[in-house]
Amino acid sequence: METTTVGADTKWWNGGKSPFNVEYGKLMMWYFLMSDSFTFGAFLIAYGTVRFSSNGWPDPNEVFKSYPGAGEATNAPLVFVSIMTFILIVSSVTMVLAVHAGHERNRKKVVTNLVWTILGGLAFLGCQAWEWNHLHHEGAWWGRNPFPNADGTGSTTNFTNFFFTITGFHGFHVLSGVVINIVMLVMTLLGTFEKKGHYLMIEKAGLYWHFVDLVWVFVFTCFYLL
Amino acid sequence: MEHSTLAADPVHDNHGGTKEIWRTFWILLGLTIVELVLGYIMIGVESQGGRLGLKGAIIILMLAKAFYIVAYFMHLKGEIRNLVMTILVPLSLLLWAIIAFLYEGHSYRNNRNTYDAYTRERSHIQSTDKKADEKGLHEKKRTGANTME
Repeated sequence: METTTVGADTKWWNGGKSPFNVEYGKLMMWYFLMSDSFTFGAFLIAYGTVRFSSNGWPDPNEVFKSYPGAGEATNAPLVFVSIMTFILIVSSVTMVLAVHAGHERNRKKVVTNLVWTILGGLAFLGCQAWEWNHLHHEGAWWGRNPFPNADGTGSTTNFTNFFFTITGFHGFHVLSGVVINIVMLVMTLLGTFEKKGHYLMIEKAGLYWHFVDLVWVFVFTCFYLL
Repeated sequence: MEHSTLAADPVHDNHGGTKEIWRTFWILLGLTIVELVLGYIMIGVESQGGRLGLKGAIIILMLAKAFYIVAYFMHLKGEIRNLVMTILVPLSLLLWAIIAFLYEGHSYRNNRNTYDAYTRERSHIQSTDKKADEKGLHEKKRTGANTME
């Protein structure tokens, strides 16, 4: 917070200093994330629009009620998705701990926390793969929707189309986040950041990773809770 | 500002340390648990108003979670105000989009549900006939939903 208090009476735009007080890469990462939130926003708004224009919609508690190893008759809504949400929040924490360790130039702690973040990302992807596979076995896919509306009427394929498109797009972001984090881990292990004198690149990867978590907050709420 | 270059200031937004990180984690976890509890409660709620209220509460909790992630995990709170504004102000376009498109979706559903091809056709034909026009006006009142919304 000290920057804002100092910044209040600083002439940021008189030249000689970076007016946003961030490095180029971080600024551009923020703008990329802003544009990405428009993409996700458009997806979710399209989903909302179609849902508002439909007379019936499948009940998410009827659709997402299973977890790995559960029997056919299991009725456990929200259980599996809470685990997925928990995994992603924890991996967000380990990421921010890695960034923090980077500020302290603590290479060992950066490595440990990055490894945990990568494992969290992979665990999330595994959960999603299981869920997609499970739904696919139940007959759900793009263009196919076996789940009736909550009021018992026949449903359209809008539900599955939006579900697979949006969670798929999010899952793809998680996958790229994991790849980026693996690159960061390798660079840390090779000592690239030590040579550079700072770990600012981890911070940019961290911003991306938190964004993935942020999007999941919205996707999770829109598809599983509402 | 004491620091004139960024390289000399690698920790400029590192406020609070790990204590704040864990505090944010517990807040996020708590909010998620409350969300899930509300989600479970909603399974048993039949009334439309009750469900709407719970959904509203869940959306508010969702926005609170988003705030904590962006402000503390992404350190946006520690950035300079001008930078924050260049990111947040464009995003307010989404607010317009949410209102406009959801309204549009709702209206489309309404139109489709109340659309009555027979009366619409009749009122169109009758509008040339003076005597029937009064009747048409009457009819328009009845089917007001499809012309107004």
